Amino acid sequence: MQGRYSGDTGGLEERLLNLIERARGGSRALAGKLLSVLETPSPEAGVLLRLLIEKSGGNHVVGVTGIPGAGKSTLASQLIAEYRRRGLRVGVLAIDPSSPLSEGSLMADRLRMQRHATDPGVFIRSLASKGLLGGLSLAALAMVEALDAFGYDKIIVETVGVGQADVDILDVAHTILVVTMPGAGDDIQALKAGVMEIGDVYVLNKSDKPEAEQTLEFMKFALEAGTVSARHGWTPRLVKTSAVQGTGIPELADAIEEHRVFLEEKGLFAQRVEDRRVKLARLYARSLVDDMVEEIVGEKRAEILDTLRKSPDPYRSILDLVLEELRMRLQRL
Amino acid sequence: MSGLSLQSYEPRGRPPKTPKVLVAKLGLDGHDRGAKVVARALRDAGFDVVYTGIRQTPEQVVEAALQEDVDVIGISILSGAHIHHVSRLMELLRDLGEDIPVTVGGTIPLPDIPRLKEMGVREVFLPGTPLQVIVEKMRRLAEERQGARKI
Ligand code: B12
Ligand SMILES: Nc1nc2c(ncn2[C@@H]2O[C@H](COP(=O)(O)OP(=O)(O)OP(=O)(O)O)[C@@H](O)[C@H]2O)c(=O)[nH]1
Ligand SMILES: [Mg+2]
Repeated sequence: MQGRYSGDTGGLEERLLNLIERARGGSRALAGKLLSVLETPSPEAGVLLRLLIEKSGGNHVVGVTGIPGAGKSTLASQLIAEYRRRGLRVGVLAIDPSSPLSEGSLMADRLRMQRHATDPGVFIRSLASKGLLGGLSLAALAMVEALDAFGYDKIIVETVGVGQADVDILDVAHTILVVTMPGAGDDIQALKAGVMEIGDVYVLNKSDKPEAEQTLEFMKFALEAGTVSARHGWTPRLVKTSAVQGTGIPELADAIEEHRVFLEEKGLFAQRVEDRRVKLARLYARSLVDDMVEEIVGEKRAEILDTLRKSPDPYRSILDLVLEELRMRLQRL
Repeated sequence: MSGLSLQSYEPRGRPPKTPKVLVAKLGLDGHDRGAKVVARALRDAGFDVVYTGIRQTPEQVVEAALQEDVDVIGISILSGAHIHHVSRLMELLRDLGEDIPVTVGGTIPLPDIPRLKEMGVREVFLPGTPLQVIVEKMRRLAEERQGARKI
């Protein structure tokens, strides 16, 4: 995918369509390679994205989020098993943060799901979020379209812990699971932080632990007290699981299914698909502009400092400084 | 829009592709310290590292490598069963027509190194290999693989 774009969309489309068909037919090697094309927003990736979007939009995207170590990956592995029992194909996107220092990442979510590695009905991909505008990067959004287009009935997206970035998942998933565990003293913190407001299904995992009952009571209270807001009239469900013992999993899958039916009935299912596509465009455009501004500010550092000291209207002057350069760069695109 | 260079099209500040490696342990071998140390060193050197953990079969490793589309497969074995497991791994890759470079680290007796190389293993890292050497060789293999990529 290096070098110049040939402009030969005809030949390219044909080739990509053929590869997509084979990925849909079950080639996980080709699926893996196509996902890599989507990692950088090249012209070829754009053509691929369009072809994928022609086929995507029908499958159910389930976001899994929650505090670090709550058991999201172990739970995802159990859900995969449950969906396979129900005859469904499952695609997984496991998103881990990159190290802010090295830009590298150590991705270990897959470790918990490796027993499904050789199941032809399961596809698992790990993705490092390059710290770009929140946990869900542009590539992740494009990859959701791909897994959808490849015919995975359920697409599970695991994202990193709790934090602002995670609210990202709102526009992406049809159904959001918020996973928590007993005794995490900071649960109230999580409630306050807002993550406890985004869930469609709340999961108290590790319910094999003795402190589980207490946390469950607290969560029930929080849900009933309305701390947790209902989206579009859906009452969030609360499910108790143990991902290591495998208990509560069918109930969890049922709650997720109820939510899917709810979305379909309200006409919200297709709307979520549109939301995530608009989000993709927004992320792409924003990253372009962001990077340019970053560069300009770097180059004009001295002038900016000077302006702050001398200009009668420093805000206006900074705007002028940056906008002029930005305009030039945008024209060069 | 023909003739547009990818450079002008991509958000800046990111390399085209971060090197991505799979680190896995084959067979019933619980010595995971080396694998973890190496995984962390690679991450710190800017790699994306997928760690599968211990007790993997060659089939699981190959599947994971393909789905993740990694540039290099890094196997760690300290159990002595390297010939058996690695030959199966290489056979699976060959049958699939995949030429992802494979490296093996761990307690490999010297006479076994040529045998592993004959199977197609690109590098063997013995105990005590400086992490810097590992990082550089893995980077070179990843770059080579990325250069040969086409879809
Ligand atoms: C620590 C250790 C243990 C620890 C392991 C802790 C852990 N979680 O890892 C414990 C005490 C649990 C243990 C147990 C056993 N051990 Co032990 N153990 C060792 C010891 C002393 C050091 C291993 C180590 O951690 N080294 C430090 C790391 C950083 O080095 P490394 O793994 O070699 O990795 C370096 C390179 O090899 C390479 N590398 C390794 N992996 C990878 C991967 C990639 C991708 C890359 C690029 C490079 C790379 O890069 C690293 C940096 O240079 C070795 C002796 C030795 N000299 O190696 C014996 C040794 C490996 N153990 C041995 C044995 C026999 C056992 C037991 C069977 C003992 C028993 N009878 O109970 C058990 C089996 C455990 C099991 N489930 O498999 C034998 C293996 C013999 C063989 N190969 O035929 C050894 C060689 C000791 C000996 N001389 O007899 N062991
Ligand atoms: N007792 C108990 N332990 C569990 C349960 N589910 C997961 N664990 C353990 O909790 C630890 C973390 O599990 P993961 O599935 O990796 O958690 P995670 O939320 O995906 O973690 P991050 O992705 O790192 O945030 C592991 O040691 C699991 O074995 C459970 O139901 N009960
Ligand atoms: Mg996880």
